[in-house]
Amino acid sequence: MKMEKINGVNRDIKVEADLRLSDAAEARIEDLMHRYPCSNSALLPALYIAQEECSWLTDRAIRWVASRLNLPLAHVLEVATFYTMFYKQPVGKYHIQICRTLSCMLCGAKKLTEQVRKRLNLSAGEVSGDGMWSFEEVECLGSCGTAPMVEINDTFFENLTPEKLNDLLNKIEKFKPDLRYSGILEELGKGLEGFPKSSVW
Amino acid sequence: MGHIKILTEHLDREDQHDIDAYESRAGYAAVRKALAMSSEEIIAEVKASGLRGRGGAGFPTGIKWGFVPKNTGKPVYLLNNADESEPGTFKDRALLERNPHMCIEGMMIAAKALSCHWACIYIRGEYAYPAERVSKAIKQAYAKGYLGKKIFGSDFDLDIVVHRGAGAYICGEETGLIESLEGKKGQPRLKPPFPAVVGAYGCPTVVNNTETLATLPWIIANGASSYAKIGTDKSAGTKLFSASGHINKPGVYEIELGYPLLEFIEKECGGVRNGRKLKAVIPGGSSVPVLRADELDGVMLDYESLVKAGTMLGSGGLIVMDDSTDMVEAVMNLLHFYTHESCGQCTPCREGVRWVYKTIGRINHCNGTFGDIRLLKDLCKNISGHTICPFGDALVTPALSFLNKFRSEFEAKIEAATSMHVGSSHG
Ligand SMILES: Cc1cc2nc3c(=O)[nH]c(=O)nc-3n(C[C@H](O)[C@H](O)[C@H](O)COP(=O)(O)O)c2cc1C
Ligand code: SF4
Ligand code: FES
Repeated sequence: MKMEKINGVNRDIKVEADLRLSDAAEARIEDLMHRYPCSNSALLPALYIAQEECSWLTDRAIRWVASRLNLPLAHVLEVATFYTMFYKQPVGKYHIQICRTLSCMLCGAKKLTEQVRKRLNLSAGEVSGDGMWSFEEVECLGSCGTAPMVEINDTFFENLTPEKLNDLLNKIEKFKPDLRYSGILEELGKGLEGFPKSSVW
Repeated sequence: MGHIKILTEHLDREDQHDIDAYESRAGYAAVRKALAMSSEEIIAEVKASGLRGRGGAGFPTGIKWGFVPKNTGKPVYLLNNADESEPGTFKDRALLERNPHMCIEGMMIAAKALSCHWACIYIRGEYAYPAERVSKAIKQAYAKGYLGKKIFGSDFDLDIVVHRGAGAYICGEETGLIESLEGKKGQPRLKPPFPAVVGAYGCPTVVNNTETLATLPWIIANGASSYAKIGTDKSAGTKLFSASGHINKPGVYEIELGYPLLEFIEKECGGVRNGRKLKAVIPGGSSVPVLRADELDGVMLDYESLVKAGTMLGSGGLIVMDDSTDMVEAVMNLLHFYTHESCGQCTPCREGVRWVYKTIGRINHCNGTFGDIRLLKDLCKNISGHTICPFGDALVTPALSFLNKFRSEFEAKIEAATSMHVGSSHG
């Protein structure tokens, strides 16, 4: 157990010995706690960081965040479960989110879902045996002008047809690009040509 | 009319997100001007411009700023609402991604007007790329001394942080946003007190939409009267419309308020796809009433004209549906959205939305009865006005407007159900 000063008060921090995030993640969380008028605001970004390292929010990761930010576990749990972008169960290395809301539906989203379901032979929420893929249907992603679309990890793929999506999944399988960070869009030329970043206006 | 570019002038330029390119196109000139003005002068200018909030409600921006109490001894916070989760709406994304410095400059001007020294952009979690663009832009601004202590060499300090949401529509509602920023579930607060008096961290807080804030540099640079001259008497300026659905050229369009709706669909959006006929339009995002094609004659895209037509301008998310659209299925799709997104705080919303969805679903899947129409109306009556936040009304609106405007489609499915069941019981 170590003592740490949070908001001017010494508090117990029981960081579990068997869950250590990387030093970089630790430093980012430390920095976050000073960015806001109140350190509690660091909760969402801290959960993101934990999720990035563990790939989903395991019980242990949630407990770790609670102790790190000195928040009640129940509070962190309720926050983690409220937001859909925090995964409470494992997802694939590539997690496909298919937009199902009105504009996408009008432009053929159902066919994309069918395509993904058939090709991956998975139901929504399942992870493929090799850990590569999972998918879910989600609500409007703010890309209605380029409907239908999917988001894979942090990257938007727009103006899709079942064929284009199939082609995209083939390329991802072959090149295994890092789609975790949206910044990769600028480097996508490498093998994913033809899938533009936003081109709405 | 219709093509004055205040927000989109440089949106097509590939380098506009870069600080040097932005400055080469007169960027950061307006904030320099604003820093030499008093708070009162800036607020007066924004009031005189007639600018109304672009997040949905259309409340005059300058007047809202005037509600912030002076000299409370507490800090004032400014939150840029970039949550943008209303189905059909994707205009703020264009600004954040393509012209982040304009959004930041707008925040600087608002911060100066409000004597605010800490501001935040709350951006929906899915917008990873726009968030990254804005974060980089903020870093560039710090590096040049445009953010931090004594910005632009003035005696004004300002910090801006980017805060990502995590996939909850309700965090676009201003008090839901504040709760979320404070590290909680995004469950809206009862009002009053309004955020202008008790907002983030218990301090006076202004929440403004990204587009609202991005308009400020132009107003300060060109003067309130130039802005007020654009648009109509009560709906000043230009507005971004994000158009989607069954049209040839979906996208983000900037138009002068008061532009005829039908002309917008024909000329800007390239008309209805595949030579089909227009059936219905949702003009302002999924939470505003739908209009039938035969109701569109003479309707203009501005706050007053759309209210007169029985709908609203909302967030400017225009969704077009052609004559192949099954309207029962369309509204069921929207109700699925609302069922998924209710924050769960009030019983009428949490339980009611599920019932509305199930009832519409029953009708859509040819299992409904005429009693279901009465049930739908009853449910809606009991949700509307009985909830903590306007989400309750936002879900009732599509349910009732689709039902009222396309009643014959609901009835046809019920009749089909009835005859199917009669048939099967005899068979
Ligand atoms: C359910 C709900 C969702 C909302 N979502 C957004 C949103 O995504 N973006 C936004 O700017 N305003 C949204 N609003 C409106 C905000 O509460 C608030 O009125 C707005 O941000 C104020 O900014 P403005 O005065 O510049 O329009 C939403 C309101 C409700 C009731
Ligand atoms: S109306 Fe719905 S979304 Fe709004 S506070 Fe109540 S339960 Fe939450
Ligand atoms: S409806 Fe799919 S992105 Fe908006």
